[in-house]
Amino acid sequence: MARYLITRLISLIPILFGASVVAFLLVRLVPGDPAIALLGMEADARSLAALRQQLALDQPMVVQYVTWISHILTGDFGRSIQGGRAVFPLLLGALAPTALLSAAALVISLVIAIPAGIVAATRRNSGADYTASFLALCGLSLPSFWLGILLILAFSIYLPVLPASGYVSPLVDPLGHLSHLVLPAVTLGTALAAATMRMTRATMLEVMRADYVRTARAKGLSRRTVIWGHALRNARMPIVTLLGIQLGQLLGGVVVTETVFSWPGIGKLTVDAIFARDYPVVQGAVLLTATLFVLINLVTDLIYTMLDPRVRLS
Amino acid sequence: MSSEAILPVPVKHSWLRAITRDPRAALGVGIVALAIVAALGAPLIAPYGPDAPDFVNTLAPPVAGHWLGTDELGRDVLSRIIYGAQTSLFVGFFSVAVAGIAGTALGLIAGYFGRVVDALIMRLMDIVFAFPSILLALAITAVLGPSLTNAVLAIAVVNLPVFARVARAQTLVVRELEFVEAKRALGFGTAHILARTILPNILAPVIVQGSLMFASAIITESYLSFLGLGAQPPTATWGNMLRNAIGFIEMAPWLAVFPGAAIFLTVLGCNLLGDGLRDRFDPRD
Repeated sequence: MARYLITRLISLIPILFGASVVAFLLVRLVPGDPAIALLGMEADARSLAALRQQLALDQPMVVQYVTWISHILTGDFGRSIQGGRAVFPLLLGALAPTALLSAAALVISLVIAIPAGIVAATRRNSGADYTASFLALCGLSLPSFWLGILLILAFSIYLPVLPASGYVSPLVDPLGHLSHLVLPAVTLGTALAAATMRMTRATMLEVMRADYVRTARAKGLSRRTVIWGHALRNARMPIVTLLGIQLGQLLGGVVVTETVFSWPGIGKLTVDAIFARDYPVVQGAVLLTATLFVLINLVTDLIYTMLDPRVRLS
Repeated sequence: MSSEAILPVPVKHSWLRAITRDPRAALGVGIVALAIVAALGAPLIAPYGPDAPDFVNTLAPPVAGHWLGTDELGRDVLSRIIYGAQTSLFVGFFSVAVAGIAGTALGLIAGYFGRVVDALIMRLMDIVFAFPSILLALAITAVLGPSLTNAVLAIAVVNLPVFARVARAQTLVVRELEFVEAKRALGFGTAHILARTILPNILAPVIVQGSLMFASAIITESYLSFLGLGAQPPTATWGNMLRNAIGFIEMAPWLAVFPGAAIFLTVLGCNLLGDGLRDRFDPRD
């Protein structure tokens, strides 16, 4: 396992290097002087000159990259153009609300998707299967921000039981936090549930046809034991893989959901920074999100190999 | 023996028959066809111009004459939705076309040549995959500036690796087949083998992937427009109509309901069609 982990970690190096190059180039591709892009139009000549020297902007691109990445590796992501705060603590501060929202969305999706997928597979071609499959396709086709707006209309305006936007820390007011969390989490969890349900159904259908399931049935085991004890145990691998991919994609999905619900996470921070042309924050957010995305995929692979050691051996 | 004698007889897939056999795919085709008709025939179908104001009927609810209501400038929502189909389908089609052509070419080259070329191309694709797609599209449009063309480019870039992976996987299988070996033995050039022998045999899954990516491209375009990074006002897009609707959500909920429904139905149509095509051409799935 340790050898596999080391191999996988080594394989991440070129990808993370490439991601850092993309984040580095973002500011360099902005038309005009990168120093102005990083400090803003209001910056004075002395500050601009100091930054040019600090980031080696008068040097070749390779030197600029090495200088930049050495700052990043020490946690120095630069300073926000708006307010001058250090970017790294800003990103870390936004990470907690995003993690809470993503976790809630994941729980909602699993609670809906796994039972729905199992029912659809075990009652193939029944009314329940057609309904679940059609609803899953609808869930995949729903633009999340539209679902968010519809939920606000329904539960914040017509039936005012939940807040339309905002965030309350769970440490300050746990109930207030939950009430603010429900609508964005349902919005984000719906598309995730749709994809997971389809995968659960497809995998369960395949597994239910396997010889060992037929043997289990022939032994006279109950339907429940066959489904939960035999079939689902073997169907979980592709589902875990999909969940890992989806969890990574949640980092993208939060961009729109957080904007609709004014949820102060990494997605809203990125969108606000884009409109404020706050490139140090955009650059930091893109790099941090890509790193998290890659690490989530790594963790998914590791869980996969723990569930099925044949993957590691192959 | 002529070279043609040993080549496989190309299988003619009856796309139309496949579609009519599957009611889901047929429904998908119907919805997508409706969206295409709306986009192409917008000047003839739409009751008003997309930007024609009616200051007497601002924020009017759905009534006769304005079937889906009007916005804060009195512009007809139905007309703007019909014109908005042009933007969504334009971005969807061209972003998938650009990603499909470039991605397939890269996948074809990677799969055929293997070794260093394969490693180089696929590691580049992995780097693009290292970013959540919406975030990368946002970052690209943020740098290039918000516009319709940049939205197409951004969506094409994020979809590129998907096509490259599909094309590479298919190429790895097809390049080992006997008719490709035969072409090599007969002295045909690499370009000829890639373009005339392998490409036609890997196209079916690429096209199925394209139909699924078309739906995803329409949603991504609506995200970009909603966030203000797609086509800029006064161009009507479903995404920027929804962005505008947020400010009037209590007074005029129809501004939010109908453009979103247009995105949902179009994407649902594409997904139904894509699912039907996949079931037809990729029975393993």
